[in-house]
Amino acid sequence: MTKKPLSLSFIELSKGHYAEMKKMSIKRGSYYDSVFLMLASRELKGLDGIADAIVAMATPMNVELLAGLGYSAGELEGLGSNDLVVAVDASNEEKADAAINAAYSALAEKKTSSSKSGQAKAPSLAAAIKLEPDANLAIVSVPGIYAAREARKALDAGLHTMVFSDNVSIEDEIELKRYALSKGLLLMGPDCGTAFINGKPLCFANDVRRGPIGIVAASGTGLQEICCLADRYGQGISQAIGTGGRDLKNPAIGGMTSLLALEALAKDPETKVIVVIAKPPAEETAAKVVAALRASGKPGVVHFLGAKAGQDEKRLAFAANLEETALLAVLFASGSPDSAAARKLAGSADTNSRYGRTEKSDLARLAAMEAAKLGEEQHWLRGLFTGGTLADEALFLAHEVLGGVSSNNQTDPAWIVKDPLKSEGHCILDLGDDFFTSGKPHPMIDPAARAERIEAEGDDPECAVLLIDCVIGYGSHDDPAGACVPVIRRAKAKAAKRGGSLPVIASVTGTDSDPQKRSAQIDALEGAGAIVMPSNYHAALLAIEIARLARQGGNR
Amino acid sequence: MNTKEVLSLFQSDIVAINLGLPGFAENLVGFGADVVNVDWQPPAGGNLAALKALERLEKSARVDIEAANAEAVRRILAAEPMVIGIGKALDTVPGMAKDLVLHSGPPISWDKMCGPMKGAVIGGLIYEGLAANAKEAEELAASEKIRFDPCHHHNAVGPMAGVMTASMPVWIVENKAFGNMAYCTLNEGLGKVLRYGAYSDEVIERLKWIEKELAPILSKALELHGPMDMKSIIAQILQMGDEGHNRNRAGTSIIIRELAPHLVMLDYPKEKLSRALAFLNANDHFFLNLSMPSAKCSVDAAAGIEGSTIITTMARNGVEFGIKLSGLSGQWFTGPSGVVDGLYLPGFGPKDAARDIGDSVITETAGFGGFAMAAAPAIVKFVGGSPEDAIAVTENMYAITNAESEAYRIPVLDFRGTPSGIDVRKVVETGILPAINTGIAHKEPGIGMVGAGLVKPPENAFRDALIAFAEKYV
Repeated sequence: MTKKPLSLSFIELSKGHYAEMKKMSIKRGSYYDSVFLMLASRELKGLDGIADAIVAMATPMNVELLAGLGYSAGELEGLGSNDLVVAVDASNEEKADAAINAAYSALAEKKTSSSKSGQAKAPSLAAAIKLEPDANLAIVSVPGIYAAREARKALDAGLHTMVFSDNVSIEDEIELKRYALSKGLLLMGPDCGTAFINGKPLCFANDVRRGPIGIVAASGTGLQEICCLADRYGQGISQAIGTGGRDLKNPAIGGMTSLLALEALAKDPETKVIVVIAKPPAEETAAKVVAALRASGKPGVVHFLGAKAGQDEKRLAFAANLEETALLAVLFASGSPDSAAARKLAGSADTNSRYGRTEKSDLARLAAMEAAKLGEEQHWLRGLFTGGTLADEALFLAHEVLGGVSSNNQTDPAWIVKDPLKSEGHCILDLGDDFFTSGKPHPMIDPAARAERIEAEGDDPECAVLLIDCVIGYGSHDDPAGACVPVIRRAKAKAAKRGGSLPVIASVTGTDSDPQKRSAQIDALEGAGAIVMPSNYHAALLAIEIARLARQGGNR
Repeated sequence: MNTKEVLSLFQSDIVAINLGLPGFAENLVGFGADVVNVDWQPPAGGNLAALKALERLEKSARVDIEAANAEAVRRILAAEPMVIGIGKALDTVPGMAKDLVLHSGPPISWDKMCGPMKGAVIGGLIYEGLAANAKEAEELAASEKIRFDPCHHHNAVGPMAGVMTASMPVWIVENKAFGNMAYCTLNEGLGKVLRYGAYSDEVIERLKWIEKELAPILSKALELHGPMDMKSIIAQILQMGDEGHNRNRAGTSIIIRELAPHLVMLDYPKEKLSRALAFLNANDHFFLNLSMPSAKCSVDAAAGIEGSTIITTMARNGVEFGIKLSGLSGQWFTGPSGVVDGLYLPGFGPKDAARDIGDSVITETAGFGGFAMAAAPAIVKFVGGSPEDAIAVTENMYAITNAESEAYRIPVLDFRGTPSGIDVRKVVETGILPAINTGIAHKEPGIGMVGAGLVKPPENAFRDALIAFAEKYV
């Protein structure tokens, strides 16, 4: 997952009606995280008489941009990235001042809102360690250029460290991981969005029950999906360790974090089954991971996204998708003695009904029903994802079945989406990618951008089926489903008006214990006419099948 | 692989430190974990050159900075400043000469001096009889016949303009633990005084009276009293509402108490003794010129330690604010003097203010003054704040210092020791600048004090010092 909201160069602009005056207010030496700046910007845009509003740190880039927009270059001179600029384009002076005041009060609110009980405050990492000498974990989500140093200091202090920040160089990652390893400390990340340690969800994570399944994951939403499915299947998680996307993929890093985590899970008495998910690792690293799993003496499940699943070993199963990964892990945890036994159970109708999995025949019937309602010009699958791994899972499946899907996550260069802002043919987009999040919050935090895109796809008469994810849990937006509901309704209504129909297929990654409550999210989506499948995998299968039928002319 | 630490994490309650998005801390707190949320700011204010210097020092310093700093801090805390006498500057202060005028802050030439300092120099030359009036004094000052040098280059300190000339009587303070000395003139009182750039006849007359009458009386009384233990007195005043820089009411009172029994025994007319005591009583800041050299000889003992990033001098000359590091002997790092954010005496306002000036910031360097703001709730009104603000000022300073004073303790902080030993790395890293209490001089010479408040030192001086330190020690 790419987490652009941390970008220091954040700028938000809104184009509105012509306004009369541009006014700036500058506060030196007051740094705010871009998430706060974004919220303040948004608040300002909604105010009466405000055409444009920019609340940003005065980075060289932002200063240039502001000057280009006609704000006084003189006033901007000499400002630095630690100086706050509130710039408004207002219909009159009074409105401008009101907006500037609103920006400051919004920022002030956010600065103090974190003072809650159970939570102490400190001005620096060193002061925090002094305040809490028993600390055992640091979570670093500062802008990338600063993250490595903070992580190193946390490791210095003997803290296990989760680095949520991205934009950390490979060299820094290698150095940090070597250092962590030398001290026997876990360095999760960089770019690690999810972990679940001792029953505590870290960063973007779900409220899942504790249990015997230990997970090592180089993927954020993939890990969330597996944790939530395992929870729904009645099992729980001992520890889930995020490694960052490059840990296994990059041969120079060689899985330093993954291998330490695997060995620890092997020794952890609470962990009975070990799961590894990642994009296909470097060959040598993959061999080490498999060797470590074998050596653990515990049953293991491996899923390398987008790679052909390997041959099962006696107690080591290679899963083909996230749902199967969770299911096999749960079956091992529930007593399946070996891979063959687990596979046998996984394929049975009994298991499907017990775990609420969709039968193939049901899926085909549902797809045929939806395809039959499509108009003649409706041909294409359009996937709009907020979770990167969930997008990948759908993409790999669809690309194979539908014979070519364009995407910003494509590994096949021929199919990399030409214009990410306009879908052509079958298209699956990861809206959390840098391209979409530059200067904007990640769509898991703010689903507005995805809603806009759903609207756009709904206007395309050639769109046959929409596939979406809905990731809830800690860190995510308060109501991602709710943000989609009005646009799903409108898109479906427009398709009906054109004489066709627009099936919207969704899945909800989360649990009922999450603050957003999975069942409530499902209700909202279904209320808008979406079909909610029990997993991302099955949502993708259904959407792909509808698209396949649509290309054949449906059942018309 | 060593999995001990990871397995121990698996078996422990999570106690987390969160740097960055506060939401992550809130989630954990919701799950019953203990979390310290760091109010994170880009280190070095996002200044990449300073950040690079910090990283270079962390990764590849040639010296053991921690050990060097531990020694520097040990010396600051172990200092034992004792007032041992009063002498004539010419006979006492090293390098003092008849053609030499000492001033506050880093080095500065006559043509660049601010109004109050020029005024004080004029007054000093008239006082020495080297000039008959202001015009002559200005010509002399601009000629080659007079030399200027910082007090700090002569083991001395001076408040505000800090002007010291050859005939002036000076306090002699010895750091008994290390044998080094510090010197400072006697405080002249409030209003129109030399240190604020006033040089009218009454100013010169008062200086003469101090030299001829007050200094000899105090000197003899001190002789009867014996050396005065400033460490113990400063410890006391911090428990009496003073911080030793901007509030010296308790300190001055203690000096009177200490000296009075001996003073009355002197063979002087009652009127003269009474006048001396009345002068002290009328001048709350009389103690400042004792707390300053006490601070000076305390931090001087920590100067010149190879590899130490502890700040051993901070001083301003009204144009520039300068600092020195223990590990970079003899080098000043300067930035523009700030404008004091404070309250003004009636009839004056910010438009009248000179820029930040004086050596009195030596008190903060030694771990009191603004750093002990929490001890002096009475003067938070100077900065328009509440007692909570004063406590916050002191608590912030713990983030940029390496030690807590053993002697100087603050009642309201449960007798926690004052933050001592400023580490330039921490200042640059956190962007938390030393909190400095100070008086405000009128920008024109000859008018005097117009207010008091808090001032921010220039960040670049600290960054430049750190970068130079990294150059030397990496």
